[in-house]
Amino acid sequence: MATTAAALDLPHTQPSQPRIYFNEIRFELLKLSRNRSYLFSMIGFPVIFYLLFGVTNKAAVFQGHSIARYLLAGYSCFGAMGSSLFGIGAGLAFERGHGWLEMKRASPMPAAAYLLAKLCVSITFAAGITILLMVLGTALAGVHITAVEGLRLLATIMAGVLPFASLGLIVGLLMPSNAAPGVINLIYLPLSFCGGLWMPIEALPHWLQVVAHGLPSFWFARLALRTLGYGQGSAIVAWALLAFYTVVFLLAAAFVFRRQEAQA
Amino acid sequence: MAASVVLEPHNVTTRNSDSPVIASLREVTKKFGQQIALDHLSLELRRGEVVALLGPNGAGKTTAVRLLLGLSQATSGEARLFGGDPRDRASRMRLGAMLQVGRMPETLRVREHLQLFSSYYPQPRPLAELLSVAGLEGLEDRLFGKLSGGQKQRVLFALALCGDPDLICLDEPTLGMDVEARRSMWEQVRKLAAKGKTILLTTHYLEEADALASRIVVLQKGKIIAQGTAEELKAADGSRTIRCTTSLQPGLLSSIPGVISVEHDGGAVLVRTRTPEAVLRSMLAQDVALSGLEVRAAALEDAFLALTNQTGSNAPTL
Repeated sequence: MATTAAALDLPHTQPSQPRIYFNEIRFELLKLSRNRSYLFSMIGFPVIFYLLFGVTNKAAVFQGHSIARYLLAGYSCFGAMGSSLFGIGAGLAFERGHGWLEMKRASPMPAAAYLLAKLCVSITFAAGITILLMVLGTALAGVHITAVEGLRLLATIMAGVLPFASLGLIVGLLMPSNAAPGVINLIYLPLSFCGGLWMPIEALPHWLQVVAHGLPSFWFARLALRTLGYGQGSAIVAWALLAFYTVVFLLAAAFVFRRQEAQA
Repeated sequence: MAASVVLEPHNVTTRNSDSPVIASLREVTKKFGQQIALDHLSLELRRGEVVALLGPNGAGKTTAVRLLLGLSQATSGEARLFGGDPRDRASRMRLGAMLQVGRMPETLRVREHLQLFSSYYPQPRPLAELLSVAGLEGLEDRLFGKLSGGQKQRVLFALALCGDPDLICLDEPTLGMDVEARRSMWEQVRKLAAKGKTILLTTHYLEEADALASRIVVLQKGKIIAQGTAEELKAADGSRTIRCTTSLQPGLLSSIPGVISVEHDGGAVLVRTRTPEAVLRSMLAQDVALSGLEVRAAALEDAFLALTNQTGSNAPTL
């Protein structure tokens, strides 16, 4: 195992970096997967919504495909956004607000390990939700997806977590721990609705459709939908926009962090 | 001025004065906006010392500790930790900190919390040893959220010791602990000091500082106003407390020359003075029925209150 090898190679003056990262990720995952209310809201909501609106409407057709297929992409995005906004935003706000982050920052933990662990776990949850929805869609709603489509959807969802993880970072830095979940819902739910995650954007009023084009959730959904044969437009433009959002959010988070550090 | 105690803050000799300095604040000023939290503060921590930082709320204790832990940056001046900048990760390898944590991840087991923290350090202490030192044996597989308040404090203590650090910062370590747990934590702190570890302690329990510290540093308004051993601080205060049952009225007692303060303790009065003999002569002359007499040296609390000018309102101005 890589971690063991690294531990042997290094002299006793430095702890093994890969082992720190590995442990940080492992315990972050363990911590959240033992938290029932977190599991229920992160995995439960996309699954229940998918069963209610996707599986029961499997006869409905949109752009030549079953609506259950459309919502498979939509709720995968929904799950990914939730796990990154809550996993990073609410998690960071909690740990920062109650003094736990101070304890970790006074230790020699690399700050990157802390953030990377939260990101990796968000991605893991997003992937898990997507796989679960694919299984449900295939088994209960007669959605047919090829292995290639499934893998492309999975990869898109996992990469598309990044802008929302960065947005979560801003919320986690700014919000007190008790306010963070509420604020995240105020971001999460409108982003989901206007981004076309719950229903095709074409069903929304025209002005909302215009607004939607400015939202990262819209481009995320568009990329996910493309993997299942919906929609048109350039994937490169959508990826570029998601990258742009990621950079902007990360810069904003860095700005907030620096300002807080100056006052710390 | 309620008290005329003057201690030279920088000329107090301690038995560790020849040990190497492992952490220091040099002429550190820290401002939060217009507010000055630390005002040209210099503090050196030497190997093997147990230093207690005392001071009223807002005196700058927490700010001083946060600077040494690399959690904050000085407005001017310099913080050093093992020869480096505390903000560098490498400087914190030999540091352990127990901070006041309201809540922390509750769905991890004690063992897992310790395992994760241990992985941050080059030579972590074995798990069994940590559990024993912190009094957590038998609790290693319990979820953190299922622990009592005192047990949670002990996990934080264990986390501070994970890396077998040479400097241990304890911020109000026994807050919320029962007497027994507090005594056993003190015992561990003494053992650590005996092993040559340096301990920086902030506490509200003066008894704790008295019991543990080889040097007490009293902060007020961001400055060191006194430092020395508990004995030196008490001796510098020089006051005695006369405890007795008497029919003499407090007003009268306060008017006796040399009386610093008069307090009631149940049926007894507590008269604080630097000239107990003269005051007693006067009291005995005025109340032949005076009983239950007891004279004791100043407690650290008296010295502390005198230093920080927080004596009761009935204290006359000297």
